[in-house]
Amino acid sequence: MSALHLTGIGHAFLGRTVLDRVTLSIGEGELVALVGPSGCGKSTLLHIAAGLVEPRQGHIIRSYTRHAVVFQEPRLLPWATARKNIGMAITANCSGRDRQAHIVAAAMAAALEEEDLDKYPVQLSGGMKQRTAIARALASEADFLFFDEPFTALDPALRRHMQDIVIRHVGGGKRAGLFITHDMAEAVRIAHRIVVLDRRGNGVLGERSVPLAPGERDDRMIFETVQHFMKKDPLFRHVEELDERRAG
Amino acid sequence: MPSFAERASRTGQFLWSGWSGLAGLSVFAAIWQVAHEAYGSFILPSPLETLAAAQALLGDATAWQLLATTASRALSGFALAGVIGTAAGCFAGFHPAILRLVQPQITLMLGVPPIAWIVLLMIWFGTGAATVTTTAAVACLPIVFLGAAEGIASRDRLLDDMALSLGMGPFRRFIRITMPQMLNRLFPILVMALGTAFKAAVMAELLANAGGIGEALAVSRSNLDVANALAWILLSVSALLAVEYGLIQPTRSELEAWRRAARPWGVKR
Repeated sequence: MSALHLTGIGHAFLGRTVLDRVTLSIGEGELVALVGPSGCGKSTLLHIAAGLVEPRQGHIIRSYTRHAVVFQEPRLLPWATARKNIGMAITANCSGRDRQAHIVAAAMAAALEEEDLDKYPVQLSGGMKQRTAIARALASEADFLFFDEPFTALDPALRRHMQDIVIRHVGGGKRAGLFITHDMAEAVRIAHRIVVLDRRGNGVLGERSVPLAPGERDDRMIFETVQHFMKKDPLFRHVEELDERRAG
Repeated sequence: MPSFAERASRTGQFLWSGWSGLAGLSVFAAIWQVAHEAYGSFILPSPLETLAAAQALLGDATAWQLLATTASRALSGFALAGVIGTAAGCFAGFHPAILRLVQPQITLMLGVPPIAWIVLLMIWFGTGAATVTTTAAVACLPIVFLGAAEGIASRDRLLDDMALSLGMGPFRRFIRITMPQMLNRLFPILVMALGTAFKAAVMAELLANAGGIGEALAVSRSNLDVANALAWILLSVSALLAVEYGLIQPTRSELEAWRRAARPWGVKR
């Protein structure tokens, strides 16, 4: 039983094909990392899967109840405090106290301190803004989370910390997720399975399962797996290629 | 919700900033005094004489009535333009094709001199409150419309996508995501439009002989009573300032508390 199933997805911008015949299936409680060279249509695929863009061809079958997206930028409302930003994801009609408890629980899960909740986004650091965005996604009680290169702008230590938050709350039976990244080490660290998209968007090139469960892997194992993938595995040959013309 | 202490401190700061406004006005009064001493009382009465004349006017109940008449006409014109302009602007902001079609008409409306509007409106509505109110509305309608339309058109679409990904419907997205951004753009323009409405109302009253401050000014002119004319100008400016600082600025600061948070410590407006 899969949580999300994409079949034969195709899309074009102004007549230029960016995605063609992409088929991808994500199981329940599974976190899949999607990698591919810059500009191969990863983000477009995520936007289609999250219902933000209508695909030209293909079908999407969603068997989860609700999803949320963590974008590359935090996308917080500048005029609302962190508390309200997180609260806007809660649609259920619950009492004020329940709602507050819910917001605080989501903030705690994303390692935000309660005193930061009454600050406006301009008063928060980059890492705290992105954590607020994650807390908003968690507060929505979504059982499927999309991540669109969410940690690209953060420094390595902070990035590790954020990856730990993702490992703790996505996958492992509770929520399923699709995580787009450029960083192979990130993909190997957090995902159950890595899917490689063709550099011209012509379908999925292939996929590799990563041994052990996310969170059980140590740094040495991650480093060796990445080295193995990048040096020995032909599937990953084009992943780090840059083709800025097609970026966007 | 901002706490009581926070609100009290904000109000205190707002009142305290009145001193800097007063200092600026004093500089203006000093220059006025110099000009008065150079040209004499007949051409330019001194600030104190003007204040005395204004005080004398305020002692008179009819003067209050004239002020209220002009203020209510200007405000209803402003409200009319505000409602129509904002609604139409929002609609046009969402539809670029409509905005493009309406833009030349806005330019046309801005290009027609206010005097011409008054002449037309006097023919259509006669010389009464309707002419004055409509002149005020026509004068500020285009800028309100453009402000609202640009506020909508320049909204952050990334936030729209974010709200859509959380499953918000179009109505909730408009109220919670788009409207705050639009108001952010529109507020400074509303302040400007309010001033324009007052000026247009006084001018229409003067030309159409329709009562209010405008007619009082016309009477002062025919009596060559410069002190009285200046006193009326002073009173109409005061009425405008009262509306702006009593109504518009507090609403704005309530809606834009987050901007205050963005300002570093010790920097005040």
